[in-house]
Amino acid sequence: MSRPEGTRSSRRSLQVKFVPDEDVLKHIADDAGTKVRKDKAQLSVSMKKFVKKLENISDNEAQEILEEKNYVATLGICAQDPVGNGSNISGGEVYSFQTPKRSSKMAELASELAQTPEQNVAPDHSKCPEKMAKTPQSSKMFLLLMHVFSLLFQSKNEEFVSTTPYRLRKRLAAPDPYLESESEYSASCSEEEHEEDQKEVNIVLSSQKTPGKTKAASTPPPRNSLSKKIKEQKMGNLVEEYFEAHSSSKVLTSDRTLQKLRKRRLNQQTLHELLKKAPLAYAAEIRDLNQQHESLFSKWMLQLHLGFNIVLYGLGSKRDLLEKFRTSLLQDSVHLVVNGYFPGITVRSILNSITEEVLDHIGTFRSPLDQLEFIIKRFKEDSSLELYVLIHNLDSQMLRGERSQQILAQLSSLPSIYLIASIDHINAPLMWDQAKLSLYNWLWYETTTFSPYVEETSYENSLLVQQSGSLALSSLTHVLHSLTLNARGIFRLLAQHQLEKKDNPSYPGLSFQDFYQQCREAFLVNSDLTLRAQLTEFRDHKLIRTKRGADGVEYLLIPVDDSTLTDFLEKEDEDV
Amino acid sequence: AHDFRSRSDDSEDTELRFVTCQSLWNQIKSETEQIQEDLNKQLLDNLMNFLSRSLSEFREKTTEWTCRMKFREIPTAALVLGVNVTDHDSTFRSLSDVLQDNITPYIALLEAKDCPGIKNLMQKLMGQLMNCDIDVDPLEDEDSVQVSQNRIRCSMSSLISWYESVTKKTDSETPSKKRNSSSRHWQSPPVVVIFKDMESFSTKVLQDFIVISSQHIHELPLVLIFGIATSPMIIHRLLPHSVSSLLCIELFQSVSCKEHLSTIIDKLLLTSRFPFKLGEKVLQVLINIFLYHDFSVQNFIKGFQLCVVEHFYSQPLSVLCCQLVDVKKRVYSLSHDQCENIRRLPSFRRYVEKQESGKQVALLTNDSFLKEETEKLLEDLHVYHENYVSILRCLHVFTSSLPKYPLGKQIRELHCACLENRVWETEEYESSLQLARMLNKTDLVTMLQQCVEILTSSSGKEFDKTVEKLKEFLTQFQNLEAEASQEQDVSVSSQKELQKKTDLYHLQKTLLELKESRRSKKLTKFEMLRFEVVDYIDSLVRKYLVPADDRTLHEIMYFNAATILRGHLNAAPRTALHTALNNPHWYLKNQALKCDGGGISNKAPDICIVYKLHLECGRLINLVDWLEAFSTVVMAAEEPNADAASSDQVDDIIHARFIRAVSELELLGFIKPSKQKTDHVARLTWGGC
Repeated sequence: MSRPEGTRSSRRSLQVKFVPDEDVLKHIADDAGTKVRKDKAQLSVSMKKFVKKLENISDNEAQEILEEKNYVATLGICAQDPVGNGSNISGGEVYSFQTPKRSSKMAELASELAQTPEQNVAPDHSKCPEKMAKTPQSSKMFLLLMHVFSLLFQSKNEEFVSTTPYRLRKRLAAPDPYLESESEYSASCSEEEHEEDQKEVNIVLSSQKTPGKTKAASTPPPRNSLSKKIKEQKMGNLVEEYFEAHSSSKVLTSDRTLQKLRKRRLNQQTLHELLKKAPLAYAAEIRDLNQQHESLFSKWMLQLHLGFNIVLYGLGSKRDLLEKFRTSLLQDSVHLVVNGYFPGITVRSILNSITEEVLDHIGTFRSPLDQLEFIIKRFKEDSSLELYVLIHNLDSQMLRGERSQQILAQLSSLPSIYLIASIDHINAPLMWDQAKLSLYNWLWYETTTFSPYVEETSYENSLLVQQSGSLALSSLTHVLHSLTLNARGIFRLLAQHQLEKKDNPSYPGLSFQDFYQQCREAFLVNSDLTLRAQLTEFRDHKLIRTKRGADGVEYLLIPVDDSTLTDFLEKEDEDV
Repeated sequence: AHDFRSRSDDSEDTELRFVTCQSLWNQIKSETEQIQEDLNKQLLDNLMNFLSRSLSEFREKTTEWTCRMKFREIPTAALVLGVNVTDHDSTFRSLSDVLQDNITPYIALLEAKDCPGIKNLMQKLMGQLMNCDIDVDPLEDEDSVQVSQNRIRCSMSSLISWYESVTKKTDSETPSKKRNSSSRHWQSPPVVVIFKDMESFSTKVLQDFIVISSQHIHELPLVLIFGIATSPMIIHRLLPHSVSSLLCIELFQSVSCKEHLSTIIDKLLLTSRFPFKLGEKVLQVLINIFLYHDFSVQNFIKGFQLCVVEHFYSQPLSVLCCQLVDVKKRVYSLSHDQCENIRRLPSFRRYVEKQESGKQVALLTNDSFLKEETEKLLEDLHVYHENYVSILRCLHVFTSSLPKYPLGKQIRELHCACLENRVWETEEYESSLQLARMLNKTDLVTMLQQCVEILTSSSGKEFDKTVEKLKEFLTQFQNLEAEASQEQDVSVSSQKELQKKTDLYHLQKTLLELKESRRSKKLTKFEMLRFEVVDYIDSLVRKYLVPADDRTLHEIMYFNAATILRGHLNAAPRTALHTALNNPHWYLKNQALKCDGGGISNKAPDICIVYKLHLECGRLINLVDWLEAFSTVVMAAEEPNADAASSDQVDDIIHARFIRAVSELELLGFIKPSKQKTDHVARLTWGGC
């Protein structure tokens, strides 16, 4: 008995060290803590070992955080920056590793959030920068409260199911039949969740200690001999957890689908209209933010001229900001705006627009590299040439490739080309290696705007937006109208045939021979050569797709969904 | 040109500031280029020797050469340049310039990204050598005849024929001119091919090129130069033995980037030539970016440039940050607003508070008096700089040889320590003084001699006395030598006495006596002198190494905005996103968003709520659940007074908002559509919150 007593007391003494001297609260905390601990001591020894291990880990983490902080401090971060780029958080806090979570946690958090904001003390430890800037006393207070909370939470663990918030239960009890099944699911789930949660809470508990420890001046001497072992252990844990989360092919989410919801899928247009009705939240604050950024315009201009290029990052669309920069300062100079988010953009088109529009060069190039060389030569020859290049979303799908970035970097390294670009993706900086970075010669500017990404997301094929095909429809009609009557007839035939077979999921398309036969019967073509010529034209406009089957037969298919095709045929009938 | 003028609201002298900034920067730039040239000189000389040696062998056709011919070895220089790839460009540029001037006009610089295949490599090579663009058939599929023609044009044999024609031309055409040129170039200058980044070339291309050119080495005096960033081992890893045996490799090592940086710091920062100075934090940031991120001197200089620009842009008084000769004129042409700016400087306020009341009033009200005073203070500042640098170097002479280097090995560390706060109050300084008190005589003497050299070569005028004092110490040390021999005799005799006694009791007694005497004994003269020297150095440090922040008007010369610098050079986009999503109140100063600890309020922007909810999920996220959770939160935020009639409408709007937020998260790279299960998206970040 004496030995566990010893370890326990030592743990308690640790506790004393980092909890500040706020008398009353401390007593409460200690009492609750010991109670829980006593319970556990009776439970089993292995459980205690587990806790101890966690504690060790937390010690180690504290060490790491301390080191990280040191590093950050040497880099000269000051928390007092009033405008506040929120970059004074150490990396480990941002995307740390943690246990996997269950889907019902989301609903739980939602209901928690739905309550009044004062009450929401979610077990969440990302410390906002505001907090860090506060006096140490208050933050210690906060920590302590969190500690108490977590302990209470732990002790209440037994009746976890009943803590499912009222609002959620009400929702679950809604009359819809599919929701009924959902409630069953969550009930069954909560059973196994119990254990999981306990573990999580333990982690909460231990992670609570870490910041306190870093603050305490008298940290216990680092157990160096032990720390290595602990580190290995920790690594092992992390790896295990990672694979635990990723190996199981079983997906622990509910089986509900959007189709079961009564809601129809919205298409792009209705979405826009609906969003127009929704007022933009915090418009005044966003305007303030934008004004702050706009005051930097002249500085940007200066720095561009001094050979730097500027990259903007931060949450929110930076399109309007760049547009404003363009309209206010670049009206009289040659500039090129590249909408990187546009799905059809390529480096080639950027280079083309430089050679054709800016340099007035007529002619083609064998490769983008040749084109780049030509541009570089021209700009070096003529020092009076100046070009501002604005790229919205330099990190978009089409431009993020290695080769495109290399070309853009080389372009931007020209002294008379001024590049100002924006990035949004969280991994965007990974595009650039040292060589490219030095070519780009970036100056980073944080421009968090919180404006919605209206333009940028409008091209994305979001899951929730119905693939409206309105674009395809209009292009179909446009192309078809420019064709001969016979060609239109040929396309109609194909479309009709495809619609007839729309119930067959494995429909491969119409074989060329059959199609030729049908066209001949309709007096649309007189030889298979004319038909082939016609099909080539369709193919060039991406109206049809050809595929060779297993037997070597050519199959023709219109790559448009059925509803669009139906619409198209209806429209055609109206016109005729 | 564009200048600071656009910011005309409060600041003055913008034009002058801009001009000053530009001229200062140009000076600094040319200085750095000069430094680099000097550092590379050794390397280039060695290379040059190598080239001329290999060339003379080729021409003389000695027996050694013939035997080399048999093995078809290509002379190759492996240039180990270090990992700071970004700095290599300038090295290569100066290399090719020097080669052009001294050895050969035929130089080709090849980069891996231009040479994905042997054909491209040959094209590039010939294009550069013949100084014209070889247009290899713009339309490749035109006809086969042309293609083959072009292929002929880009082969080794055509290169050789070109080389022969070129060398013959110079031989035959103008003998007089030839002689002229031969003074610079040899008769048959070698063709130098430089592979800038050898590691990134594909092995096949390299091997092919080497094998092919080794076949022709007797017709074409080829010399290869490999630029290597990692280690020379890479040659053997890239090339099999059969290929590498065709090369006759000699290794060259360039100056390490750390040395380069030290020289830059030495020449740019620890000098009174430039009025502009870096503050402690800023210097720390720059050095840390160098040490922890890229080892790139280029980037360090870029950071320095940014500092210069920022300083002159943001500090209206930086107009006074100029050479001492111009100060007077500029001070007297200051406007009233600028005078007010001076009065607003914190260091100036501190200065005023220390003055007597009459002077205080004068300083605060009388512009011309203020100008006079400012001029005096600025002169003081300049003098301070001159003294500071010399004494810093002296101190470095002492600290850099101490065991464990309590104050750092490099002078830059010492410089940072001195800038940060009063260095004599730090523990490290204390311990280094302790250690200095234990130095032996020879070390001490050489150090003192070094200090004398530094002080006499420095431009400061105050050091005459100091030098004298140090010289006095030196002579005292020399005098000691004579006395020392006598002292040794005494100790020897006592030792002898000790040996005589064999009786245990007496031995103990004498030992005790000896011990007693040693404890109470006066320090030897040498020890006393050593103490004196160290104390003197200490007094010098206390007098001259005052941190710059304590000096009045230091704001004019020192750039201290480390946060700005770090934000621009070493930004953390992920952290910014994280803060914006987790704590929107940081950016949007609205009371509704404020909440305690970690959590976010339900009135936060949509994307924040959606993000927060998605953090609670595992690998896959069910969109229906997500939507429901979202609407729960949003409905609660929007006061549950919405009547049933409009609820359907509201639902649609919430749905639309949800869609927008989700696609925004997709754009930001947090999620992506997944086909694993219907209506699910996959999370792309692991962990979170």
